[in-house]
Amino acid sequence: MPSVVKIEDLHKIYDSGDVPVHAVRGVTLDIQQNEFVALMGASGSGKSTLMNMLGCLDRPTRGRYLLDGVDVSGLEKNELADIRNQKLGFVFQGFNLLSRTTALENVELPCLYGKKRLSSRKMRERALHCLDIVGLSNRADHMPNQLSGGQQQRVAIARALVNEPQLLLADEPTGNLDSRTSIEVMGVFQKLNDQGITIVMVTHELDVARYCKRYLILRDGVVVRDEPTQDRSLAEAELGKLREAEAAAKLTAHPAA
Amino acid sequence: MRFFITLRMALRALSRNTMRSILTALGIIIGVAAVIVMVSLGNGTKTQVQAAIASLGDNLVLIFPGNQGQGGGVRSGFGGATTLTVADADAIISSFQHGDSDKENTVGAISPYVTGRGQILANGLNWGTQVYGVSPDFPLIRSWRVAEGVFFDDAEVVSTAKVAVVGKTIIDNLFPDSDTASVIGQSIRIFGQGGGGGTPFRIIGVMASKGFSGNQDQDDVIFIPYTSHMKRISRRTSLSQIYVQAKDEDSVAKAKSDISDLLTQRHNGTVDFSVQDQADITAARTASTEAMTYLLGAIAGVSLFVGGIGIMNIMLVSVTERTREIGIRLAVGAHGSDVLMQFLIEAIVLSSLGGLIGVVLGIVGSILLGNYKGWPVEPSTPAMAIAVAFSAAVGVFFGFYPARKAAQLDPIDALRYE
Repeated sequence: MPSVVKIEDLHKIYDSGDVPVHAVRGVTLDIQQNEFVALMGASGSGKSTLMNMLGCLDRPTRGRYLLDGVDVSGLEKNELADIRNQKLGFVFQGFNLLSRTTALENVELPCLYGKKRLSSRKMRERALHCLDIVGLSNRADHMPNQLSGGQQQRVAIARALVNEPQLLLADEPTGNLDSRTSIEVMGVFQKLNDQGITIVMVTHELDVARYCKRYLILRDGVVVRDEPTQDRSLAEAELGKLREAEAAAKLTAHPAA
Repeated sequence: MRFFITLRMALRALSRNTMRSILTALGIIIGVAAVIVMVSLGNGTKTQVQAAIASLGDNLVLIFPGNQGQGGGVRSGFGGATTLTVADADAIISSFQHGDSDKENTVGAISPYVTGRGQILANGLNWGTQVYGVSPDFPLIRSWRVAEGVFFDDAEVVSTAKVAVVGKTIIDNLFPDSDTASVIGQSIRIFGQGGGGGTPFRIIGVMASKGFSGNQDQDDVIFIPYTSHMKRISRRTSLSQIYVQAKDEDSVAKAKSDISDLLTQRHNGTVDFSVQDQADITAARTASTEAMTYLLGAIAGVSLFVGGIGIMNIMLVSVTERTREIGIRLAVGAHGSDVLMQFLIEAIVLSSLGGLIGVVLGIVGSILLGNYKGWPVEPSTPAMAIAVAFSAAVGVFFGFYPARKAAQLDPIDALRYE
């Protein structure tokens, strides 16, 4: 079976200003179907740049990138846009939902730009289905400002899924969420991965990386470590631990309550 | 990208900030409303003038002394030039009415015409009015019949008889207690500007009432033989005009050229007169109105242009504000052209709606002006269509630059925008 992601000696050099910045210096990587990869590294390590290239938002200066067997390294802007629409799903740290637009319409957005003309009924169906997967079908007509952070992120995940992508890319998805909500969202990712979706996640928190199956560490534009996760955290279990801790705290803190 | 979805998105985006959208479109709204009112006024005035000229009679050819006789009103005294003489009139009469049969078929009636301001005294009352010296053909030319009594005849013209035919207003002001019939035979004294000292004239007829044309009282008239006018009232030796009526519509052009040739010949090649039909006079009268309308229209056009700049300005602000949103759309697969279309349509919807509202306001304004100020208005449908089309064009032109800026955003930078 072909890899979902196959990168061969990828380089990215930014040429703005006097000094060219060599952000990614020769990364070779293979990601198979159904993997759950964490991309880690300090700022300046090149992880954001690598992620942008994985997401076809940016083109490599050198090297090859085969997404689902197709070489996307040399494609034009509009062709890349189509690839993003059909094969990729994005989840951002800041959720990036359209304000004053309902959750349903937000999830439908990628369908509007699809190459195949879908009827509005079909689009609604798909969007509702994705909202269902993330557990938010009862909030389909809510606006983002009526949703909590965790709910907004789940809407964003539903949006990322609506066109049935090959690869889900998440950039610090729990960065703006509290610990409990972070666990819940990671639970959603794990559930999706269990159902067969390939996920690549950028994060700088070790705790979050523990939910993934494999982790890569980037330093100065190269991969310095690439290992499967030991003692993987599972969201269900972690939530349970959290509840116990909260209950214990309540019992000792407020005996009279 | 489907058009109706984009249209719906554009309307949504505009309605998110209704106040801002209205203020932005205000330039267009005002510009278009102004153009519509302007054109309605111009149209109305033109129609009014046309009607007034047409009411003079059918198939008329008027001869004026002086080369640029256009300015002189049909009713007002034509002071300046003295190049049209009674001899000219006689020549025309003899040539057309008694001359060769070819010419007889083109012209029906001819009347020399002299006019001057006069003071009429009667009954201890006096009334200032315009005194007209004409020939017996005049009522025929003007399709203006005598209601009571008779008009004077050729014999009375030859004898410079002191007879007068008055309009209803003269009677109302000088013989307020009499009815029309009893005025016949009464005597009035006419004092002219030429120094004619209060010559007594006998009323022999009353003209049918014509009412007002615009703000001119058409019944405020008194007709006497032109010969009497020139000898006793105005003491002039030249004519103010010559009225000629062609036999039918098709003869008008021929009558014009034949008369022109005749007079040119008589005046030894000097064209110190002008021969005009009703279309010419209408055109001359409306020329200044038309120039005015175009000028005002141009000013309104400037307003439209400024309105367009307003739209461009707001669209630029809008694009900057929605950088993140554009980034999201690009990230999920929008092409640059999709983003361009979206913002362009927003601008076009804004300007077109502004145009439509402007047209409605313009029509309302025209109607209000017509009803409350009595100005002549006639809203013009082509003007409305052009105004709306123009507004849409303004949207396309001024919306393009901001839309292109939006389309050229880099998704990565856009997503990072604070």
